[in-house]
Amino acid sequence: RWDVLVLTPWLAPIVWEGTFSRDILNAQYVQKNLVTGVVTFAVEKYWFFIHGFMRSANKYFLAGHQVNFYLFTDSPEKISHLQMAPENNLFVIPVQNHSRWQDISTSRMDVISTYIHSQFQYEVDYLYSIDIDVQLLAHIGVEIIDALVGTITAHPENKAYETRPESRAAVPEGEGDFYYTASFYGGSVSEVYKLTRACSKGIMEDRERGIEARWHDESHLNKYLLYHKPTRLLSPEYYWDTEL
Amino acid sequence: AGSGKMHYLPYYLPCPEIFSMKLQYTEEKLIQLFPQFFYQQPRVLEPKRQDVLTVTPWLAPIVWEGTFDPEMLDSVYRPLNLTIGVTAFAVGKYTRFVRGFLESAEKHFMRGYQVNYYIFTDSPESIPQVRLQPGRRLATVPMQKYPRWQEISLRRMEAINRHVAAVSHREVQYLFCLDIDMVFHNAWGPETLGDMVAAIHPDFFNVSREKFPYERRSSSAAFIPEGEGDFYYGGAVFGGLVKKVYEFTRTCHMTILADKANGIMAAWQEESHLNRHFLSHKPTKLLSPEYIWEDRIPKPPEIRLIRLSTLKKNYKEVRD
Repeated sequence: RWDVLVLTPWLAPIVWEGTFSRDILNAQYVQKNLVTGVVTFAVEKYWFFIHGFMRSANKYFLAGHQVNFYLFTDSPEKISHLQMAPENNLFVIPVQNHSRWQDISTSRMDVISTYIHSQFQYEVDYLYSIDIDVQLLAHIGVEIIDALVGTITAHPENKAYETRPESRAAVPEGEGDFYYTASFYGGSVSEVYKLTRACSKGIMEDRERGIEARWHDESHLNKYLLYHKPTRLLSPEYYWDTEL
Repeated sequence: AGSGKMHYLPYYLPCPEIFSMKLQYTEEKLIQLFPQFFYQQPRVLEPKRQDVLTVTPWLAPIVWEGTFDPEMLDSVYRPLNLTIGVTAFAVGKYTRFVRGFLESAEKHFMRGYQVNYYIFTDSPESIPQVRLQPGRRLATVPMQKYPRWQEISLRRMEAINRHVAAVSHREVQYLFCLDIDMVFHNAWGPETLGDMVAAIHPDFFNVSREKFPYERRSSSAAFIPEGEGDFYYGGAVFGGLVKKVYEFTRTCHMTILADKANGIMAAWQEESHLNRHFLSHKPTKLLSPEYIWEDRIPKPPEIRLIRLSTLKKNYKEVRD
């Protein structure tokens, strides 16, 4: 790929189609006997997306490798039988719903860090948080596996860093690498734990001061990834516009 | 190159102590934080180098001038208080290269970091006293001089491995193994640090794999068949986390011993074994030929900066 940036200034690869060999990466992944988890939330009306997400994820997400899906939902009764690939596992975890969707979004960080601490760290090596309202359209494989992984947007016209200095998510003028989406991020269980802890702490502190970051948990994610740079970036090819 | 009947030292059984050593490494120092820093924003649609490959198919970075921000990396690595080790072998007449190597290293190699130079030599008294910057020290390590230069070359892996086990695993976090007959010309910094680092040989970076001088005899443990191979790596530069270098040198030494037992010496000595190993256990970071140049090769446009280069010399004379 000669048309795009494939390496960041801190020497983290940016994953684009054509830059990697999935065969080589699969061989390396299998050798290490790794297990990857996916965490996703289907709260309130979002239960509607569960089947589409699980169907496409089973087919396309790390196909052939063991994946543990952790589905947090307030309506577990609405989930009819889901066909899982034989190597995958599904864990349905009931949660409470909130009145504002922003609250649902922002408490995800807290839920993820809590569950990593109590459960996930013993079950998976790598963990990815993916929005439920996405449908995978092509294979996403072990090229995503690294210590701390963010997915970048190419044209963040609608998105920007939080700039108000009162918010913990504030990024000072003139700083910033890329805009990362909160729809798809992850990494090793320990790195994701640190990330979600830091973000949920920032979110809580903002809440105590009566301020809400512009793009909610995504603003906090971007602040974190600016000062704790990802070890691998996924190109906009890996980012689904959830508006579609 | 090795062919025909070779007179080699009789092989000896693999050293059991190399196998069973459990080393207590110094605590791994992980990057904590990228400090606040002003720099030009990286642009997704503006690749830095369009003339060379900067990422391998297994997503390891290939370090070229322009691909990295040296100040950003310094700001992240300096606070970790690392000690970087360097091994170099100055045996027989090769002691004449030590001064040039060390003086240039003091100017260009990991400036601002703690460095331990480990010079393996059969004549410590011929190692010149070179003034070192604060935080940098030199230690000589006794090394036997074998009658044949190929043997000295082959034994490097064993010597480095033993030394890691005896000394350097406690003293450094990262270790680079370099040839002594080289001089630094430009900065060599923390962009080179990684778990397992190999360098692309300057004669073969623009060449297809059929022409790589891999060992092609299937009786050798360093054998790589036609149609296989990623890059041709140079034996003059390799390194990484001290733990990884320990494992790597052990494996190479074992395959070298296996060849001895079968009366064969690989085409390019330990470099052939290094290439075999890196084919099956891919490096996590590659250094471009900027980091392993040779003075005799005219500089092509892709090489913007020569950082470390082998001196032109009369091989017959210096190898005795």
